Amino acid sequence: MSFVKEIDYGTPAARSDKTVTLTIDGREITVPEGTSVMRAAREAGIEVPKLCANDMVKAFGSCRLCLVEIEGRGGTPASCTTPAADGMKVSTGTERLQTIRRGVMELYMSDHPEDCPACAAGDCEMARMARTVGLKEVRYGREGENHIWPAREGKANPHFVEMDLSNPYFAYDPSQCIVCSLCVRACEESQGTFALTVEGRGFESRIAAGMHEPFLESECVSCGACVQACPTGALREKSVIEKGMPEWSAVTTCAYCGVGCSFIAEMKGEDVVRMVPYKAGKANRGHSCVKGRFAYGYAIHKDRILRPMVREKITDPWREVTWEEAFRHVANEFRRIQYQYGRSAVGGITSSRCTNEETYLVQKLVRQGFRNNNVDTCARVCHSPTGYGLKTTFGTSAGTQDFDSVEQADVVMVIGANPTDGHPVFASRLKKRLRQGAKLIVLDPRRIDLVRSPHVEAAFHLPLKPGTNAAVLNALAHVIVSEGLFDEAFIRERCDWDEFQDWAQFVLEPENSPEAVEQVSGVPAETIRGAARLYATGGNAAIYYGLGVTEHSQGSTTVMAIANLAMATGNIGRPGVGVNPLRGQNNVQGSCDMGSFPHELPGYRHISEDATRAIYEALWGVKLDDEPGLRIPNMLDAALEGSFKGLYIQGEDILQSDPNTRHVADGLAAMECVVVHDLFLNETANYAHVFLPGSTFLEKDGTFTNAERRINRVRKVMEPKNGYADWEVTQKLAQSLGLDWNYAHPSEIMAEIAATTPSFAGVSYELLDREGSVQWPCNEKAPTGTPVMHVGGFVRGKGKFIRTAYVATDEKTGPRFPLLLTTGRVLSQYNVGAQTRRTANVVWHEEDRLEIHPFDAENRGIRDGDWVKLASRAGETTLRAKITERVAPGVVYTTFHHPATQANVVTTEYSDWATNCPEYKVTAVQVTPSNGPTEWQEDYEALSRRSRRIVHVEAAE
Amino acid sequence: MSHEAGYKTGEEKLVYMANQIARFFEAMPHEEAVSGVADHINKFWEPRMRRHLFEIVARGGEGLRPLVLEAAQRVKRPREADA
Ligand code: SF4
Ligand code: SF4
Ligand code: FES
Repeated sequence: MSFVKEIDYGTPAARSDKTVTLTIDGREITVPEGTSVMRAAREAGIEVPKLCANDMVKAFGSCRLCLVEIEGRGGTPASCTTPAADGMKVSTGTERLQTIRRGVMELYMSDHPEDCPACAAGDCEMARMARTVGLKEVRYGREGENHIWPAREGKANPHFVEMDLSNPYFAYDPSQCIVCSLCVRACEESQGTFALTVEGRGFESRIAAGMHEPFLESECVSCGACVQACPTGALREKSVIEKGMPEWSAVTTCAYCGVGCSFIAEMKGEDVVRMVPYKAGKANRGHSCVKGRFAYGYAIHKDRILRPMVREKITDPWREVTWEEAFRHVANEFRRIQYQYGRSAVGGITSSRCTNEETYLVQKLVRQGFRNNNVDTCARVCHSPTGYGLKTTFGTSAGTQDFDSVEQADVVMVIGANPTDGHPVFASRLKKRLRQGAKLIVLDPRRIDLVRSPHVEAAFHLPLKPGTNAAVLNALAHVIVSEGLFDEAFIRERCDWDEFQDWAQFVLEPENSPEAVEQVSGVPAETIRGAARLYATGGNAAIYYGLGVTEHSQGSTTVMAIANLAMATGNIGRPGVGVNPLRGQNNVQGSCDMGSFPHELPGYRHISEDATRAIYEALWGVKLDDEPGLRIPNMLDAALEGSFKGLYIQGEDILQSDPNTRHVADGLAAMECVVVHDLFLNETANYAHVFLPGSTFLEKDGTFTNAERRINRVRKVMEPKNGYADWEVTQKLAQSLGLDWNYAHPSEIMAEIAATTPSFAGVSYELLDREGSVQWPCNEKAPTGTPVMHVGGFVRGKGKFIRTAYVATDEKTGPRFPLLLTTGRVLSQYNVGAQTRRTANVVWHEEDRLEIHPFDAENRGIRDGDWVKLASRAGETTLRAKITERVAPGVVYTTFHHPATQANVVTTEYSDWATNCPEYKVTAVQVTPSNGPTEWQEDYEALSRRSRRIVHVEAAE
Repeated sequence: MSHEAGYKTGEEKLVYMANQIARFFEAMPHEEAVSGVADHINKFWEPRMRRHLFEIVARGGEGLRPLVLEAAQRVKRPREADA
């Protein structure tokens, strides 16, 4: 068992092409100009004692422990704040220095608890530094003024501050704090929240959250950066306090969002003690959010189902069975259904939460085993328009940049995304760049946090009416073309000039003018003009967009409109620019890459291509169907009409995540064998006949691909509690269906992917172990992957300009439904919430609330916190109101993290014209005061209770 | 549960989807638009859905936009076994 330990170089790496050479303790070392003496020393293998510096934040020079002597200079400068210079001769360990350091440490220790539990556990630098500098005894004793004792001889100590245990995941013990300000700097620089301050001066000074509040009540977002930075036991993970220090660790990847942060999972036996963001992780560079760092407790939650279960009818209680019986049952049922109703009467759904290898196996099971193409994935409901739109215009179905690219952006346009909640670590990196002076444009109906947050303010916020993205983007293009702000040289070289002219003519049409678009979108024409000019002329301009773009009836159109803008202004094909979808779930990108869509094989190759099918036919030994299969909504339609009867769903909860819950429920109810493979009895399982227990990311090996096309390793740190990793379950199911699958390890599945998919040709577990991660395409031409795409030319050849006419959605407001509902998410919860609801993260979001503008609320006699009924053409639900000016009058907003809310009972089945991605972001609704749950909610609640009954069988295994 | 269906069913939905596709391509020159719609349906519609489309067209194509009707002539007929 090994322990992954990353070196702390003391100060951040300097970026410079110039280098300097100096000598430290007789060792010569060459470093980039701007490197601190401390870092140079560490690079030379010399550790200078330190307390108030680390390599993630700027040096502050307050502890005076890192002093050095420099030949020809007087005094003893702090090495963390002294830049290395050519020819410098530095000594780090003279007796004079050691004496000063001992003095410093002695003072610190006199105000540090003698019995500090963190020191004892080895989780406090104080004890280590005291040893390093050779401090043996503390002469002053701990009797004088200090922060340690609550009271002495019946008198309260005025300097003592109580522990703050308000945050569910970490504790703050002010008595151990040495006021080094590392936490304050981490909160500012790494996280960008500015929640911490140093209160008071000198001996009085203490760290405080917010306006001297408990952490939980302050603006703290619980990212944990301060805990990680704290050199003492003042800020510590509660899990470490409870379980003790970890014994071994492994590097793995967060299973929550599309940022795909790398973590060191620190373990004690099979128990996770803490997750520490991995500095070498290229997506997150040592930072993380509350979900990845702290919210892993669902993995051992009591609700997890660990035994397979079967039932004849969905009204029966569940019966626990052996794995063998479950596999046999599914195999028999699927064979019977195919015999009775035809080959295309069954299908599968892959998961964006599972690994690439697992996803690949599910689509293989459908294509090779079921012999049809009825496979789809929940990416259908989030980013399918990205795939379609970017493939059509650029030639690949993925974002163009890596996250590092944002460090070189001068203008950032965020469209329909809320990164501080949805993609927190990317948001922190973005905010860092904005604080350095990059300009921000936000297109979003809501005033998201980014529009105005500490030290960040958007240059333009375009609060467009939901559903008018395409119109506004066309208007931006109108301004760029009519004012001659396009990049002719780029377009002539990389695109087709005639196509550009055709497009230019289209965007110049009067209905695309800012004035005309102001009418439909509500965005002032002058704001549109200003934003267009800034985007086109502000230097490197990058677009980041989210589900607010894709989840519309014009989702694909809007993605293409974004691509048009980037091409017209030459903002593609180098660092700092590009078109970047912010993916929702951890492996949405990967599940799309792996051939989860019914019309394409892995690597986005259409199923009708003979040559591609031939590759798989040769390997799999079957003839593949050359016709596209059914998408999720089509499967449900086909089920209702009686021609689709069996579905294997891995790691998705379509009943909760797909639009129009009733359509999904009726469709599922019409099937004869629904197999749900998941961690929990999710909502979809209410309609299932077979439940196969799933495994968590901690229990398996594999890979996830994040929003930057980065393939990251997932490493097993504990045995699957249910017995099998998900890939093994699919394999055993395939074997029961008579397929000859014999993968011994996920690396063998990746080998098959690489052998059959040109853009993955170079990927192997050896390469990933060596490089840490790679971004596809990774093949002969790019042996270590491709950080930025379309450099020098587009993947499809010439970039394609497409006319993207605005078509108003048919979901219109009227007298019955006068408001527009749009949906989103919050930081602490994830997607349908199945995992995060089973962690302490609920303290931040106990329930979904309906955000409504004070004006609309007052008109309806609604007060903050009141129960309201939310009704649309599709259905109605109840939840509590939150009155806020974040939403414009006429717009209401909610999240969908809790099943009881059933927000998707309200959303309609309108969808993107090209991909059927549902229009979650626009629903015409009415809001009225209410006093309790609707009939649907009550019926559903009863059904859930009934359908979750389990008859336990003794010794089922 | 006895709730009336709050959604479109079967053919009604298919007509809606086909028209939606047409409305995107209508912005383009006619020839490109016709082949665009046909190509899109061929690439993404499962045989069952295409068969339904042909049935609707055969009955006179009620509700379908003219561009869909024109493009339908270039939509691939599903093989009998698939449909
Ligand atoms: S947890 Fe994060 S947001 Fe909260 S105080 Fe610490 S660094 Fe700041
Ligand atoms: S949820 Fe996203 S941002 Fe948070 S730690 Fe996981 S991958 Fe990183
Ligand atoms: S580490 Fe340099 S002064 Fe604290």
